[in-house]
Amino acid sequence: MEVTEIFRGILLLLLIVCAIAVNLTKKLLQAVIIFMSYSSIMCILWILMESPDLAITEAAVGAGVSGILFLMTLKKIGSEENNEQPGQAPTEEKP
Amino acid sequence: MKEWIRRWYEGDTELLTDIMDGAEVPDRPRKELKQQRKAFRAKILERVNSEPVLRAQEKSFYAIYRVIAVISCVVLIGVLLFTVANLPHYGTENPRTVEVVRRYIEHGLEETGAVNVVAGMILDYRAFDTLGESHVLFTALVCVMILLQLDKKTIRGGHMDSYYRVKQDTYFDISKDSIIRVAGMVIVPCIILLGIYVLLNGQNGPGGGFSGGAIIGAALIMFATAFGFNAVDRIFTRRALMTTTFVSLAFYSFAKGYVFFTGANGLENHIPKGTPGAILSGGLILPLDIAVGLVVACTMFGFYSLFKRGSIGSD
Repeated sequence: MEVTEIFRGILLLLLIVCAIAVNLTKKLLQAVIIFMSYSSIMCILWILMESPDLAITEAAVGAGVSGILFLMTLKKIGSEENNEQPGQAPTEEKP
Repeated sequence: MKEWIRRWYEGDTELLTDIMDGAEVPDRPRKELKQQRKAFRAKILERVNSEPVLRAQEKSFYAIYRVIAVISCVVLIGVLLFTVANLPHYGTENPRTVEVVRRYIEHGLEETGAVNVVAGMILDYRAFDTLGESHVLFTALVCVMILLQLDKKTIRGGHMDSYYRVKQDTYFDISKDSIIRVAGMVIVPCIILLGIYVLLNGQNGPGGGFSGGAIIGAALIMFATAFGFNAVDRIFTRRALMTTTFVSLAFYSFAKGYVFFTGANGLENHIPKGTPGAILSGGLILPLDIAVGLVVACTMFGFYSLFKRGSIGSD
């Protein structure tokens, strides 16, 4: 097994971990940051798959602009203000 | 007041309009009021007594909800995994698309004049796709404007003004921070330069309209964060944004329409291909790249501006 294969395997594992962690995180801010790291990992994977066009777009849009838009939305809905209770999503309604 | 509360409790739909019109609270005799109060109490007691039933209903609803959610999730994962398992392996030739791929790889350079086959594909062979994508971006910007833009009444007067604007602008405003200012002064020109390089080099290397435009848009967002919106407003008004977007889209449509018309009817095409590898090569790819990049940059910055303060430009 080559080194790049191992590297790719590690990255794919991290990708799955990130994808699951986004869903399981209770705090929205952390979820956004994990989503941005997901995009960064995907960007490296695109380079490994020899499509640098997509890698540039993924880095600029996925990790950059969409993350900023998510953060602006968090600010708009005011989830930063009632983030004091740990382990509970601010917008989640309890049944 | 009590009358209003009673009507609200009974679900009167005309209550709001009555309050807005300034309807006076009708005076009621004391006896009637007492009876009302009794009826009110009885209703509340009834409601409280029936609560266990409601709670049981809620519980069963959430149980069913969870079961259905898990089942649909598992089914979706199964379908997706099954599809992925049936895909051709990475790097092998797919017999259904092999003709198109061969044509692109073997004749792409001479037919489009672009060294980067991907650019030739998305801006020459499949330019209609990219045209649709740019229009999707424009439509998205218009939709965000409809949803989030504050109108002039809200901005200029009224009590909404002081509350909304002050809260919006001071909460995350970090443009007075000297670290961010100095960092922005160093970084923003470099990012814009990189974006222009990626934009202009789309036909020769990785990059092109969409990625270059996204990088320039990110640089504009960084600029607005570091120096405040007043600095951006001097050059980037709503009029400028709309004009740029419209001109780019119109140019794209007309240029590509010309090429499609001459190509489909076997007419002579007067657009020079240029030498492959030079900056001015690839026929229409470079101008189309610039048009797409401008649209994308305007859209990115427009999104940010609308999300942050509810308007593009100071007007």
